[in-house]
Amino acid sequence: MRSLPVLLMILCTLMLAGCPKKPTTVPESSGSTTGESATGSGQGEGQVGSGSDIAGGSASATGGPAGVANIIYFDFDRSDIRPEYASLINSHAKHLAAAAGAKIRVEGHTDERGSREYNIALAERRGQAVRRALMLQGAGDAQLTTVSYGEERPAVAGSDESAYEKNRRVELVYGR
Amino acid sequence: MIRRALLILSALALPMGQASGQLTVQILRGMAESVPIAIVPLAWDAPGEMPWDVSATIHSDLERSGRFRPLARTQMLELPGTASEVDTADWRMLKVDYVLVGRLSPMPDGRYEVRYELVSVANGQRLLGTAMLADRNALRLASHRVADAIYEKILGVRGAFATRIAYVAADGPTTKRSYRLIVTDADGANERVVFASPQPIMSPTWSPDGRSLAYVSFHSGLAAIYVQTLTTGEQVRVSAKSGINGAPSFSPDGKQLALTLSRRDGNVDVYVLTLATQELRRLTEDEAIDTEPAWAPDGRSIYFTSDRAGGPQVYSVGLGAGDRARRITFDGSYNASPRVSPDGRQLAVVTLDRGAYRIAAVDANGGGMRVLSGGQLDESPSIAPNGADIIYTTRDRGRDALAIVSSDGRIQQRISASAGEVREPAWSPYLN
Repeated sequence: MRSLPVLLMILCTLMLAGCPKKPTTVPESSGSTTGESATGSGQGEGQVGSGSDIAGGSASATGGPAGVANIIYFDFDRSDIRPEYASLINSHAKHLAAAAGAKIRVEGHTDERGSREYNIALAERRGQAVRRALMLQGAGDAQLTTVSYGEERPAVAGSDESAYEKNRRVELVYGR
Repeated sequence: MIRRALLILSALALPMGQASGQLTVQILRGMAESVPIAIVPLAWDAPGEMPWDVSATIHSDLERSGRFRPLARTQMLELPGTASEVDTADWRMLKVDYVLVGRLSPMPDGRYEVRYELVSVANGQRLLGTAMLADRNALRLASHRVADAIYEKILGVRGAFATRIAYVAADGPTTKRSYRLIVTDADGANERVVFASPQPIMSPTWSPDGRSLAYVSFHSGLAAIYVQTLTTGEQVRVSAKSGINGAPSFSPDGKQLALTLSRRDGNVDVYVLTLATQELRRLTEDEAIDTEPAWAPDGRSIYFTSDRAGGPQVYSVGLGAGDRARRITFDGSYNASPRVSPDGRQLAVVTLDRGAYRIAAVDANGGGMRVLSGGQLDESPSIAPNGADIIYTTRDRGRDALAIVSSDGRIQQRISASAGEVREPAWSPYLN
């Protein structure tokens, strides 16, 4: 039940900060990246919950901003960043901007369905969307390395939607 | 008179240790009109045991292909050693269309001569008569070559029994996997680990001469493409750009590698790398994903997957300057992983078929799509060098496993792995 205040906090942040710009490589859009969808956030296909209640906890243990999660989840076959991750990305970008020596790996992943190499490409596009969002908010290009794992390194086992939605993700890994 | 074709066979030595055989290939569904044949045990009149049961290997090769129905030895009324000893009336009574007879003989130099003849029961005609020499440890390979010749004589297409399969094995729990690149004979024997890593290994593909594999490995911490020579184990890193280094595919002459790069800007496109000079040419330039290149056998165009129209579909682009990409597949919302048949006339693809990812064959111009497999998460098709069969990754009790389907969808083979997950099979070219 701790997710309620977190959700409120994210919504407030969203109203202040707006949403991250839509990544330029996303060819098609069903409009889900517009600000309107933020008000109804949380119920879309592939929803895993807000960015702060993921397994694996916050990034602080590995060098990121204290108390901020380091995983961004994605909808099926999509690489646009859902509005609820605006504050998460903003926090990491600010942290990186303030610590010029900090480096992260932006690791993109997909669920297991379909072609493995196509999934590598899809995961790369997710990683690039996050990389661009971080850079737009102050992170330096040299601080970021994107790595696409496609479906090769799932977070959880299983071939159902609950596993898939936890595997469609970008992880921000500090210190490398 | 037996035509003497002296083929000197020696087993290919691979550098790393032999793993225990992991794969077992079984026929699930054969052709209703499979060819009845008798593989008579080869005569052996030297002292001691036969060093290898050549006939048994031929028998199981032909049976496993789903195209033949070899007669059990216990049902044979006689065991002729030469074509002239074959009594066609007896074999006709056993409803056999062909009889293979022969002899295995030790040679003074320590090798063995495999001499065989194929007889048509219908008219007593001798269809094949050949002898070959083989080292003791190459008798299994020699047996596959005999099966290849029988297959070709009767079906009109060379068999692919004397070929190999490369695949990726993943072991351990989901979040702590280890990976091995493995090469095995097409029947699952002679398994060898080519490369092992705690980081993912992906997309193995054969050089046209069958001597090397190109693959993607993350063992440096980032994706890079390597070419490894099987006999020496020498591994050369050929592409380690920023971002994706993926989906390698050798040109038919083996001099170039088509591959997928995303470079620093993240735009996923297909490139062609000339291996000797490291010269890199960008083949596609599109905001969308372009990946999974596959060369047409004439080397003049490349098929690839692109989502430029929204979802993944197969396209083709010529290698001439200014050639524009052309969309090939239009049936369905998801077509990916094109592989081209040896005659260039068919593609194997992964297609989304009523909610399931399946292997399909489609004409090279995009028409006539036929779904061949029946799984939920089938992927990674690879076509045998004779074009007759397609090996692919499927799911078996929640794990990645391999399976084979014939190009017409009528024959299915299951490949059971003893442990772990096995996937991304790559069928070798003919190995001479």
